[in-house]
Amino acid sequence: MTGSPSTQEPIQTDMVIIGAGPIGLFAVFEAGLLGLKCHLVDNLDKIGGQCAELYPEKPIFDIPAVPRCTGQELIDRLLEQAKPFEPVFHLDQQASALQRLEDGKWRLETTAGTVFETPNVVIAAGAGSFVPRRLPLPGAEDFEGKSLYYAVRRMEDFRGRHLLIAGGGDSALDWLLNLEPLTASIGILHRRDEFRAAPDSVQRMRELVESGRARLLLGQVAGLEGTGGQLEAVRISTPDGEIRHECDALLALFGLKMELGPIAEWGLNIERNLIHVDTETFETNQPGLFAIGDIITYPGKLKLILSGFHEAALMCQKAFKNAHPDQRLVFRYTTSSSDLHKKLGVA
Amino acid sequence: MAKLKVTDRDGVQHELEGEIGWSVMEIIREADLPIEAACGGCCACATCHVYVDAGTLAKLPPADADENMMLDEGFEVRDNSRLSCQIKFSEELDGIEVELAPEY
Ligand SMILES: Cc1cc2nc3c(=O)[nH]c(=O)nc-3n(C[C@H](O)[C@H](O)[C@H](O)COP(=O)(O)OP(=O)(O)OC[C@H]3O[C@@H](n4cnc5c(N)ncnc54)[C@H](O)[C@@H]3O)c2cc1C
Ligand code: FES
Repeated sequence: MTGSPSTQEPIQTDMVIIGAGPIGLFAVFEAGLLGLKCHLVDNLDKIGGQCAELYPEKPIFDIPAVPRCTGQELIDRLLEQAKPFEPVFHLDQQASALQRLEDGKWRLETTAGTVFETPNVVIAAGAGSFVPRRLPLPGAEDFEGKSLYYAVRRMEDFRGRHLLIAGGGDSALDWLLNLEPLTASIGILHRRDEFRAAPDSVQRMRELVESGRARLLLGQVAGLEGTGGQLEAVRISTPDGEIRHECDALLALFGLKMELGPIAEWGLNIERNLIHVDTETFETNQPGLFAIGDIITYPGKLKLILSGFHEAALMCQKAFKNAHPDQRLVFRYTTSSSDLHKKLGVA
Repeated sequence: MAKLKVTDRDGVQHELEGEIGWSVMEIIREADLPIEAACGGCCACATCHVYVDAGTLAKLPPADADENMMLDEGFEVRDNSRLSCQIKFSEELDGIEVELAPEY
C-alpha cells in the first residue's frame, strides 16, 4: 500500500466512496436517507465517471422513468438529487492506501495526502481509475517523468525545452497554446491534418504554425531516442516514411484509460479485475469494505447503471448498522416519511 | 454460417463463427479474445482497433468522421486501421481477416 505520508488531520465521516461515477453519486443519496454523511474520492478532475468522461453527450435510454438523457445530464441530475446530503468531493486524487484501525474503522489515504477515518469504505470504482494512456513502446518507461510526460503537472517543467506534443484533441492544442511562450521550441504531432478540438484553438494553432513559432508534423510516434531517461529525438512514421525529430521533451496526449490500480493490493477477492461481493449486503470479503457498480461481479451481474443503483441501496442498509450498531433501522418511503422529508429539506 | 479470421497479438489466427448483425468487436469479444473495447462499441475509445486485410477493406464502407476522430487516439494507426465496433458483420463479409492492433 503506497501513498505519501500525510500531514493532515484525518477526516471523520460515516462513509467514504471511492469513485464519483453515477453509482457512487446515487450511493450518496441512499446513504443520506439513512442519515449517513459521505465523502467521495476520484482520480478524475471532474465528477461523473464514465458518463462524464467517455460519453457526456451521448444519450442513455434505459434509466427507469427517464426515457432519454445524455451522460452529462444523468450526472447533473444525480448531483441535484444528492445535494441535500452535502457530499464532499476530493477530486484529482487516487485512493491509495487502506488500513484497518484497532477500533475496527478504516483509515483511507489518497495520493494527495487526504486521510479519512470511517466505518464504511465503498468501492464504486467502475473499471478502475482513469489514467493517461501510455506509449506502448519498448523502453518508454525509462523516459517517463524526465522527458516523456502524459500530463502537465507543472508548466515550469517545460520552460526552455524543445517540446513535442503528440495528440490532436483539445488538451493537445490547449497545452500547445499555453506552453508555447515558455518553451525554446514547440511542435505538435498529429496523425492527420484535421483536429477534433475547439475551432478557436485550431485557428490559433494554425497562426502559430504560420508565423513559424510552432511546427506541425503529420505522423505518429514510432520510437524514442536518448540515454539515461533524457530524450534526444522522436522517430516519427509519416506517409512518406520515417523521420527523426530532435526534441528533449515529449508530451503524449492519447486520452485516458481505466486501470484497477491500488485496489488490487487490498486483499480483496478479485477475479478478472472484478470484486466478488455478498449480494445481500454488497460487502466484500472484509467487513465494512463494500463494492458496488461496474467493479463487482456476482452470478447474473449486469454492468448497467440501474443495477448499480439497486446495489447502492442494499449496501447502505449494512453500512448503517456499521456506523450505528446500537440503532435500529426502520423501513420508510420518501413519499410519506416526515423524517425523510426533513433530511431531504422538503419538510 | 459466415466466418471471420482474427489474428491475435501473438500472431495466432482464430477462425470465428460470425453472428450476422453483431459488430466485429462483439464477435471478437464474445470469443474471449483480448480486445478491450472500453466503451462497449460507442465509438468513444479506440480500444477495439484492428487492421483489416486489403480485400476486406474494399468491402467496407469508409470510416466516417466519428470513427476517424477516435482513430486519432489509437496507436500505430495504419491505412488499413478500423474500429471493429463500427464494422457490422454480414453475409457479404464472410471470410474477412482482421488483426488486433497493439494494446496501450
Ligand atoms: C460509451 C458508453 C455508453 C454506455 N451506455 C450505457 C447505457 O446506455 N445504460 C447503462 O446502464 N450503462 C451504460 N454504460 C455503462 C455505464 O456508464 C457504467 O455502468 C457506469 O458508468 C458505472 O458506474 P460506476 O459508478 O460503477 O463506475 P464509473 O462510471 O466507471 O466511475 C468510476 C470512477 O471511479 C474512479 N476511481 C476508480 N478507482 C479509483 C481510485 N483508486 N481512486 C480514486 N478514484 C478512483 C474512476 O476515476 C471513475 O471516475 C455505458 C458506458 C459507456 C462507456
Ligand atoms: S469499442 Fe470503443 S470505439 Fe469501439
